[in-house]
Amino acid sequence: MSLAHDARVAVRPTAAAQRPAQAWPEINNPAAWIVAAILLIMPLIANGFFLIEIFATTLILGTIALSLMFLAGYGGMVSLMQLTIAGFAAYMVAVFGTSDNANISLGWPWWLAVPMAIALATAFGTLGGALAVRTEGIYTIMITLAIGAAFYYFTNQNWAIFNGHTGINNVATPHFWGVNWRADIPFYYIVLAVAALCYLAVEYISRAPFGLALQGVRDNPRRMAALGFNVNAHRVAAYAFASFVAALAGVLQVWNYRQISPGSVSVGACIDVLIIAVVGGITRPIGPFIGALIFVLLRTFALDFLVKLGLDGNRFRLLIGLGFLAIVFWSSDGVIGLWQRWRQSQRSNANRSGGGRGHG
Amino acid sequence: MSKCSVGLIALSSLFLSGAAIAQEKIKVGVTATLEGTYTVLGEDGMRGHQTALNVLGKKVGDKELEFIVASTDATPDSAVRAVRKLIEQDKVQILLSPLSGDEGIAVKNFAKTHPELTFINAASGAQETTYVDPAPNFFRYNMDGAQWQVGLGKYAYDTKGYRKIATVGEDYSFIYTQVFGLVLEFCGQGGQVTNRQWVPLGTKDFASVIAALPDDVDAIYLGLGGADAVNFLNQYQQAGGKAHLMGGSIMIDQTILSSKGNAKNALIGTIAASGQADTWEDPGWQKFVKAYQDAFPPNKRFPSPSLLATNYYGSTMALILALREVNGDLSDNQSKFKAALAKIELDAPNGKIKLDSNRQAIGTNFVTEVVDDGKGALFSKVVKVIPNVNQTLGYDPAVFAKIGLPSRTVPECKKY
Repeated sequence: MSLAHDARVAVRPTAAAQRPAQAWPEINNPAAWIVAAILLIMPLIANGFFLIEIFATTLILGTIALSLMFLAGYGGMVSLMQLTIAGFAAYMVAVFGTSDNANISLGWPWWLAVPMAIALATAFGTLGGALAVRTEGIYTIMITLAIGAAFYYFTNQNWAIFNGHTGINNVATPHFWGVNWRADIPFYYIVLAVAALCYLAVEYISRAPFGLALQGVRDNPRRMAALGFNVNAHRVAAYAFASFVAALAGVLQVWNYRQISPGSVSVGACIDVLIIAVVGGITRPIGPFIGALIFVLLRTFALDFLVKLGLDGNRFRLLIGLGFLAIVFWSSDGVIGLWQRWRQSQRSNANRSGGGRGHG
Repeated sequence: MSKCSVGLIALSSLFLSGAAIAQEKIKVGVTATLEGTYTVLGEDGMRGHQTALNVLGKKVGDKELEFIVASTDATPDSAVRAVRKLIEQDKVQILLSPLSGDEGIAVKNFAKTHPELTFINAASGAQETTYVDPAPNFFRYNMDGAQWQVGLGKYAYDTKGYRKIATVGEDYSFIYTQVFGLVLEFCGQGGQVTNRQWVPLGTKDFASVIAALPDDVDAIYLGLGGADAVNFLNQYQQAGGKAHLMGGSIMIDQTILSSKGNAKNALIGTIAASGQADTWEDPGWQKFVKAYQDAFPPNKRFPSPSLLATNYYGSTMALILALREVNGDLSDNQSKFKAALAKIELDAPNGKIKLDSNRQAIGTNFVTEVVDDGKGALFSKVVKVIPNVNQTLGYDPAVFAKIGLPSRTVPECKKY
């Protein structure tokens, strides 16, 4: 897909902006409408557990991974701190909002606490990004991982703001217009709406002038600089946008579990987000959501599955690892790549331009 | 886009299989730390649970108990996730959860959102869980970390003659509670705690901690558990450490005493306190040890049950006995069952256990000393048995409340 993007960029850079129909390829894709319809009527199909623990969790994790996909796929910057930004937003909701830890939480109403949390988390992510853009490739990974690890150890040991290993419990969730927005069905729709908005925003930006310039920066920063683009400013702006997306997901995450503690922002969890993005495929925005679905299903059911087969349930981590290994082994660009290759073989060489290619 | 629909359609088959619920069974969800630093503790907890099922059976009247296990890693988020899965997907009616301190605080808070269900604490021992704003449907049949330290401070001061000690502990609620119990008693006797070091749960490199240990103290108290404790002992021995040691309840425990290698030998002679003692001669304890040993082959268990096995045994026992008392009647939001749980007096292997008004155990505590059995296996030998230890440690509740909640710096080292 990225090849297709690049080709269009090279030939007619302004075509996308002039013809809105092409800016939203989903409109002509029946499968997209089917998925959207299924997601909308999901509460009729799925019970509370599947609705929240599987689908809402998938959408939340998918949104965090989407922010990584945006940076890695369009900006060529693999950032391991996306979960940290989400976790920061989650902590800020707990700190500014209401929770059981009255000596920490300030007790602001949600409509003040949430924008504050998102603004602070976006600023945090942008600052981290400003540090990271001075480096490339593996050094970006190292810096962002260092930020993630530092934040984890800080939350684990800071009791004044983050309440240490215990974390912050019973975080209040919004009630207004007579609706408890944390009840299963309203919450699912909030999560769905946020995920859909983020997805569409990423799709839109990837075709907007800013996104096109960002992809140009990814492919050849020196040429873009020579053309007069401020390369670092584009990258920092990309971090700012990705941080905003991750912060939104972080707010949803803390509402989901009503508690936040350092385990949620551990280094392992940061790497889980990378796994989700890589398994799903980082060439298209839908990839992270598919990766998140696979991840959540494996994490939730691997233990039950092994026990059902009569095997030792303690080895369920092995099963999760093997699952990911298999996907990455057969397709270096994730599930998306597998699907695209299958589509191409169906189309019998008619159109080969959509071939998958991984970044990072 | 369309690939998503394939996945979703494939998924819908999953809902159908997940929806079936058996009727004549009582479903119980169990969580244990089967991942992370405390894996060994979680595994032995499950052995204790299994031993209880072997001894007591799984039948309640004409109903059969069905147990569903979920794994956690000692972090509160993993515990809430596991408990939610058990309730929402597996539709369990009763929970036997969780194992570790901060998990207990999170699960207790979560229990309030499901007042119709019953939560029986499996083994967690943070004080806050039942002391601060307790949940009416959360029952704990093991003592908390502070209760498990009763007797240690006095024994160290009077018998061992220690006057100044330093502590090293994992940086979370259960160990705070343990140090709380120790400091209250030791400083109450007139001793001094000069230095308290806290390390994050899951620490692997203790070099800086060991280097910072003071050498002008009579003993060093270790509040570590699982892999952390073994790592510390290895590095402490390599660093040539020779100080007198004192141990917390999960430090001087079969999970550490039967670890591989000889680093554990540094623990011989260490004094500790806990809710159990390996060599207690009480017939009920000996019977439990025998049942545990018979249930598993020697290479799949410890020589003697750990504190976690004992706690899981006790909580499973309370669950089954209370259910039998009400003949498996879970109607009316389980109110009869909850009343039976609150009233029950357990004749547990580690002494009699009853609950106070916060549904927290009042039980027996043991001061122990680590001995070598002559064949290279280490056990904790009883030095003193203290019955009827309550959550306020014998203090007047008003005085106890003034001390504050256990944390890095609470309590101060003084006489309250």
